[in-house]
Amino acid sequence: MNKKFSLNVNGKVHTVEADEDMPLLYALRNDLGLNNPHFGCGLAQCGACTVHLDGQPIRSCVTPLSAVGDAKIVTLAGLGTPEKPHPLQTAYVEEEVPQCGYCINGWIMTAAAFLRDKKKPTDTEIRSALQGLKCRCGTHVAILRSVKRAAAMMG
Amino acid sequence: MTRQEKSAAFSRRAVLKAGGALVVSIGAPVTLDFARAADSAMVAGTKPPLTPDQLSSYIAVNANGSISAFFGKMDMGQGLFVAVGQIVAEELDVPFRSVKVFMGDTATSVNQGGASGSTGLQEGGRQMRMAAAEARRVLVDMASDQLGLAADQLTVTDGVVHATSDVSKKVSYADLIGGRFFNVHLDWNGKYGNPLYAPGKAQPKDPKDHKIVGQPIKREDVAPQVFAQEDFCTDIKVPDMVHARMIRPPVAGAVPVKVDEASIADTPTAKVVWDKGFLGVVADKEWDAIKAARQLKVEWSNAVPPFPNQASLYDHIRKETPRKRAVEGKEAGNVDDAFRTAARVIEAEYEWPFQSHSSMGPACALVEIKDGHVTCWSGTQKSHFLRAGLATILQMPEDNVHVKWTPGPGSYGRNDADDAAMDAALLAKAVGKPVRLQYMRDQGTGWDPKGPASIHRARAALDTSGNVIAYDFLSKGFSRVDVDTNGSKPADTLAGQTLGVDIKSGDGFGIPAESYAFTNKRTAWETIAPLLDRASPLRSSHLRDPVGPQIHFASESFIDEVAAALNVDAVEFRLRYVKELRDIAVIKAAAEKAGWQTRPSPRKDQTGDKVAGRGIAYAQRSGTRVAMVAEVEVDRRSGKIWARKFTVAHDCGQIINPDGLRMTIEGNIVQGISRTLWEEVKFDNKSVTSVDWLTYPILDIIEAPEVINVVLINHPEIAPSGAGEPSSRPVAAAIANAVFDATGVRIRRVPFSPDNVRSALS
Repeated sequence: MNKKFSLNVNGKVHTVEADEDMPLLYALRNDLGLNNPHFGCGLAQCGACTVHLDGQPIRSCVTPLSAVGDAKIVTLAGLGTPEKPHPLQTAYVEEEVPQCGYCINGWIMTAAAFLRDKKKPTDTEIRSALQGLKCRCGTHVAILRSVKRAAAMMG
Repeated sequence: MTRQEKSAAFSRRAVLKAGGALVVSIGAPVTLDFARAADSAMVAGTKPPLTPDQLSSYIAVNANGSISAFFGKMDMGQGLFVAVGQIVAEELDVPFRSVKVFMGDTATSVNQGGASGSTGLQEGGRQMRMAAAEARRVLVDMASDQLGLAADQLTVTDGVVHATSDVSKKVSYADLIGGRFFNVHLDWNGKYGNPLYAPGKAQPKDPKDHKIVGQPIKREDVAPQVFAQEDFCTDIKVPDMVHARMIRPPVAGAVPVKVDEASIADTPTAKVVWDKGFLGVVADKEWDAIKAARQLKVEWSNAVPPFPNQASLYDHIRKETPRKRAVEGKEAGNVDDAFRTAARVIEAEYEWPFQSHSSMGPACALVEIKDGHVTCWSGTQKSHFLRAGLATILQMPEDNVHVKWTPGPGSYGRNDADDAAMDAALLAKAVGKPVRLQYMRDQGTGWDPKGPASIHRARAALDTSGNVIAYDFLSKGFSRVDVDTNGSKPADTLAGQTLGVDIKSGDGFGIPAESYAFTNKRTAWETIAPLLDRASPLRSSHLRDPVGPQIHFASESFIDEVAAALNVDAVEFRLRYVKELRDIAVIKAAAEKAGWQTRPSPRKDQTGDKVAGRGIAYAQRSGTRVAMVAEVEVDRRSGKIWARKFTVAHDCGQIINPDGLRMTIEGNIVQGISRTLWEEVKFDNKSVTSVDWLTYPILDIIEAPEVINVVLINHPEIAPSGAGEPSSRPVAAAIANAVFDATGVRIRRVPFSPDNVRSALS
């Protein structure tokens, strides 16, 4: 059954009318035109749809609209801009990390929340924070380099 | 301007829009409005035809002097367009930044074969080099007329032709031809696809004069991705577009016999599209299409479960009568006679499972049919071939079909992209609206064309002194072209197969690519029929380095087995027999960089659960040579393998962009580790049961290597021979050889998952 939802995304409030079971991902992509979170699996197994909900990375492909409430949503587009990039975005560009690039929401959004809470992480801590995310092109070694570079920038 | 700002301005979409508007035709200049209407440089006005024998099909000088390069291949994420831009800029003597490369659009490029067989630079780059060189020659000739100076007295600097002795006597490319098309014929060899070659009269530069080629220029497409400004094919939207999902049978081979449309009556706008075995649903909203596809009640035909139990897969391959046998290369000496005289024979058999492309997202395509014209946005690797397939299945002239290649959610060969585009076309035709179709995860993993499963038998005959006097290698498996590598024929796509078109599966496999000079040597392959001839989730086709990983897992493991049987160091043993100097060089370079200690395998000095080992493997691929040392840790109790460190020596002839090459190799290694340790398509007798990331696990970042050291061997004098795949193929053997070194146990079946390793060790 369709209902009206008020979504706070990247600092702006939008109204969406949709099925309450519809996952947030489809509202972001199709109703708000925020293409960047991607559909990878619809099963919370890969991370391609990751956004921040009140600062925590969540898988928008399995988060129904009815569960979002008035939480603040931030997508990769809201994390930083070319003018004011997040250190991870800068590091990703410097390290030329992505190949197909479809997976990057999961890695950057998850790492952003991790690096906010954990300064100077070890290699093992970074790996376990990112565990479970998928990259099919095999850019994992470059991802680790970029997260370490960003961690160094963030002090 | 920061790099990010600049990069963002050049997102692929922005670039595509710009290209068409700037190029107008020679003789009869057309207005910008006309060019815009033509969109993305559609053939217009007096532009020469978009044929391979026209220089304008590859290179255009825009009014502002910038260069558009139209490339009939595309980048799958390794930065190929940067390397092609470097080649074009080099030959034209323009700054790299002034070249934009447009890829894989059927309206602006000719069929250079698409992304295929690591030929982006080997074949595609060669053609772009020749076209750019010819463009420079023509421009210098034009300048010669204008300046009244002989061509050999002219120099080009940053797109300005000037007298070598007097830089004030000058004319720019922009002034010579900017905004108009070349009208120059090339000497086309009459071929399409990878072998297309159309040189002009010009000779390309001597590599010693290269200034841009060989530089580590960065990719400009990364920033748009990380700032969420990049459009994938999944992101394209057009007015009136509707969403679709396909429905596949629970038992492979079954077709719908009854579809209950009332079962989705409560889903707004949902419609069924059903024709023979083809079944999809369409709805205005994506979520409604997904729900309707889940809810739709379908009665399926009573198909006999077509597959053997997974446990008997390799027995099936072993017992099946080959459909085709081929001995590739020249058989050296007399192998059978030599085996009869052998003092000792070493034999082994290896097994490789079906593997899935399992791209990061399931395939997506958008097809719009409007006013007798078809536009398809697809992440296909073969847009020109797909155009032919779409024209056939829609019964429309090929000229009326436009495939706009748009980056998809990952691609490593013939994945599900072409199937999605053909399905979307049928749906769009049926509902009379533009249709965006994305498969679901279970279809992306369960129903993509698979890398073929195979077995490999190797034998070596030794004399009394331990010399190899004969070598016999045979692969037997499913064909690499059960369905073809592109969507040009409906028969090779699920759309055609579900509609019942006549099908014919092809036969192809391969042999080890190396230069072991055994006196008597035979390398052969046999293919067997597919398990299900039509619309099979186990239909096989090209998956990155098609059949390379399986063949070289076997051949390079076996070489190691022979070395170990003779108690000889694995590097030393290879160097005894490898003939070609560049092969010797990569083996030595990898061993040296890795600090290889000369000794036979296995190590015998380790106790406890955790043991370490090292292994080497090497291979050629279409002229490229690569050797790698893997260093692994094995937990004998859990069966877990950590491929901790790789040292790779890589020689692909001339290096165009060392950074891009290094990243390409890293990706190959990590994906290769994943395929070796984890990847196996599971199935039961009804269908494929690997349907997501839990049932088709891939490498996790926890297990990613600590370090991948790459030694690049550059041969500027040798034409580039490709890097997109060669470093995939020795990975499995390097790991297997390292596991043997660590444990003394030879694992001959992929994947080396903890369960499989534990049982092998026990």
